[in-house]
Amino acid sequence: MKSKRSLIFIFLLAVGLLLANSIEPDTSNYKVLTNDLPNEMTSEQAFHKMMDVLTHERCVNCHPKDNIPKQGDDSHPHYFGMQRGDGNLGYEATKCTTCHQTENNPYSGVPGAPEWSLAPSQMFWEGLSRFQIAASMMDPERNGGRTPEETLHHLTEHALVLWAWTPGVDAEGNPRELPPVPLDEYRAAVEKWFEEGHIIPTE
Amino acid sequence: MKISFTINGTQQTVEVVDGNTPLLWVVRDVLDLKGTKFGCGKAACGACTLHVDGEAVRSCSYAVKFAEGKTITTIEGLGTKENPHPVQQAWIDEVVPQCGYCQPGFMMATAALLDKNPNPTDEDIDNNIINVCRCGTYYRMRKAIHKAAELHALQEDSEIQNS
Repeated sequence: MKSKRSLIFIFLLAVGLLLANSIEPDTSNYKVLTNDLPNEMTSEQAFHKMMDVLTHERCVNCHPKDNIPKQGDDSHPHYFGMQRGDGNLGYEATKCTTCHQTENNPYSGVPGAPEWSLAPSQMFWEGLSRFQIAASMMDPERNGGRTPEETLHHLTEHALVLWAWTPGVDAEGNPRELPPVPLDEYRAAVEKWFEEGHIIPTE
Repeated sequence: MKISFTINGTQQTVEVVDGNTPLLWVVRDVLDLKGTKFGCGKAACGACTLHVDGEAVRSCSYAVKFAEGKTITTIEGLGTKENPHPVQQAWIDEVVPQCGYCQPGFMMATAALLDKNPNPTDEDIDNNIINVCRCGTYYRMRKAIHKAAELHALQEDSEIQNS
């Protein structure tokens, strides 16, 4: 009698295991998705993606702290002693537009975009951390009195800002380095960060 | 494409294949105005400086398509031998040039400066006249720029008295 019960238990156990195996999902094709899609970014991830761009020399070269524009991927001082001058546009007879036009020049390698100029002195970013830059650009005292909507527009629509993704060739004919994030991803990150209340993470 | 502009008081229309061709090439090779010089081709030395709507421009880095409808002045249009511009006269008086190659660019930059700042200080000159002269005539040019400012003022006084 006892052995008969044991046989029934073993039988039921075997049936249970077989059923369990038969309903186990096949996960061999499952994969972990990256969290890079804009809609899935957290505000903090969006902040860092945005700041990866804004701390790049394509941006910071025109936000100097010492009235001297910077040039190149190594951010050297602008050749020939060019300085901020009047209205961030150079001096009377040697202005930014003496050399920089509204488009890149493929022959000389001189970069160009509409409104080529330095950012005003209070908007200096050179030497600041990404957190300090974000605080500066959201501060009306230091961002030219821009509202958050206006700052968002500047960051995502201003032709001079967007030039960073079409920087042309340098004086040797070599393509200039692009910002580290593609334009569409950058725009999505900036919009996400503003939608989420433009909160600056703690350092 | 056709591009029309006024150069040294004369209306010109040129036909170019590439609108990005530097204005310098059109001025020198198409219009045969050889006073404007090619130096570096990188907008760095200033030998190619001319005026577009009264502003100093490095013409090696200025696409000809941007000249449409503009007024251009080259060194040939700044003054004449009989009636030189104050800058040209000062350059003669101070015997500025050595080889002379870069001097048209310097004179055009100086003329643009005096037009906006008739009495520049040494600091103004340092900030504005940043062309390159491999003969090192900077010292004589500084004197000539101050002299040109004096001549320019005398010329204006004379014009006021004669008007």
